[in-house]
Amino acid sequence: MKKNRLQKQLKVYSSTENLAKVRKFVKESAFECGFGEDEVEQITLAVDEACTNIIKHAYRYSPEGVIDIKIIFIDDKFTVTITDEGNGFDPNLIPIPDIQEFYKQKKVGGLGIYLMKKLMDEVIYSVEDNRKNRVTLVKYLKNS
Amino acid sequence: MADFNVGLRDAGSVSIVELKGYLDAHTAPELENVFNKLIQENKYKVVVNFDQLNYISSAGLGVFMAYVETMRENNGDIKFANLKENVYNIFDLLGFPLLYEFYQDENEAINKFNELSKS
Repeated sequence: MKKNRLQKQLKVYSSTENLAKVRKFVKESAFECGFGEDEVEQITLAVDEACTNIIKHAYRYSPEGVIDIKIIFIDDKFTVTITDEGNGFDPNLIPIPDIQEFYKQKKVGGLGIYLMKKLMDEVIYSVEDNRKNRVTLVKYLKNS
Repeated sequence: MADFNVGLRDAGSVSIVELKGYLDAHTAPELENVFNKLIQENKYKVVVNFDQLNYISSAGLGVFMAYVETMRENNGDIKFANLKENVYNIFDLLGFPLLYEFYQDENEAINKFNELSKS
């Protein structure tokens, strides 16, 4: 049964162990809103990438940080906001990854942000209350 | 929670890495351990069989990027086989087909290594 509106929240600690839990939460929510399998996978992967970046960079693998994930679905717009209180960064400073360059330099990074942008309709970085980092991921439900 | 498994077997001089389940930032270190073991044993010809892999994130992709050059410097390679469409699509989004060989079937990838060592 497709829902017209949905609002859900999940808070997890910043451990990679929790990625599976996050994916399950997002996957179920996206299915409930009527997204097809491919889109559900795209949204799920984008949220995984966002949380992985938070665990790795914002909290530097310290498992005590909190990741706050909110999902709002309204008027065919599926919005996931992911907020952390770790170290901030300027997403504009992350270069667009070039696989050939990575190969030459044996350097890996920036893949997650690039994937998020490819997989979602909108990716917005913001700072809340002067100290919280937020990434907002949006996917529109088409042909509903 | 994370459901992931790496298997390792030999097909002549080629090592087959079998992936199962979900490859993400939590499970990627298990795959790194396998690649470290292969390098320690001087095994550089690797075919990764994705037949039972349901999911991959960039943390998993990063493992292949980190190890491929070592394999190639030692006359080996990492070749990919039996990918599900959804998993292949992620590799494709990031341009992997430019630098890595993908095969429908594990045997095709093994044969490719064997052809090269004959010539």
